[in-house]
Amino acid sequence: MPATEPLEAHLVLSSRYENIEIAERALVDLCEFAGFSGDDSYWLVTALREAAANAIRHGNRQDPERSVVIDYRIQDLEVTIRVEDEGEGFDLDSVPDPTDPGYLLRPSGRGIFYMRQFMSRVEFSRAPTGGTVVEMARRLEPEIRSQ
Amino acid sequence: MKSEIRDVDDVRIIELSGKITIGSGDVKLRELVDTALEDGKNKLLIDLAGVTAIDSSGIGEMVACYTTVTKRGGQLKLLRLSPKINDILHVTQLITVFDVLDTVQEGLAAFK
Repeated sequence: MPATEPLEAHLVLSSRYENIEIAERALVDLCEFAGFSGDDSYWLVTALREAAANAIRHGNRQDPERSVVIDYRIQDLEVTIRVEDEGEGFDLDSVPDPTDPGYLLRPSGRGIFYMRQFMSRVEFSRAPTGGTVVEMARRLEPEIRSQ
Repeated sequence: MKSEIRDVDDVRIIELSGKITIGSGDVKLRELVDTALEDGKNKLLIDLAGVTAIDSSGIGEMVACYTTVTKRGGQLKLLRLSPKINDILHVTQLITVFDVLDTVQEGLAAFK
């Protein structure tokens, strides 16, 4: 299959939960434009919402003066989403497995688990400013892409 | 998220629709369950047929509500999961925690 021009978008949002809807809308529109099915975009949106919510709540502490930067890229059959906050970072190793019986009834701590379940690749790093960057990707199978 | 409430005998049925997500739906769910308990209703059937999405905060609030109701000697059961919500409960393994029913009749009978 020949390479196609990438579809890209860049959003800068203030740290308000309602802005997650804007991030979702942008992704849904890109997926529709790329010809992906609603089923594909549903799980991408689910992962995106978790990354954005973590950036707003844990990264930026819901400070509307701090931004969440989201970059989307769709090329061929791969969707890549990068979410960066302006927080202080966190220790990934300190996040327990929410399916561990001892943590199953905890009311929080499932965000990263959600991302890992619904994306093929999820990587965390530190931004030059000290915030957290999560980059996640999902490669869609040709047969499940809508025509 | 929108909700409708009805009582059938001593069971409160809470019908939810839309998104149970951070900052809105999760808070509303907590309020609905708190109100039920204040009204003396501790047999709760949460009807999720109209729910289109539930994020980790929504799932977390559902777990918190389950714990609260159970600690007060009540029961919280789930009704009519969509395939996607069912998938989420499976991957989080919370399907092992919640009693899930397919119809209102089954749900009501489960409290007998």
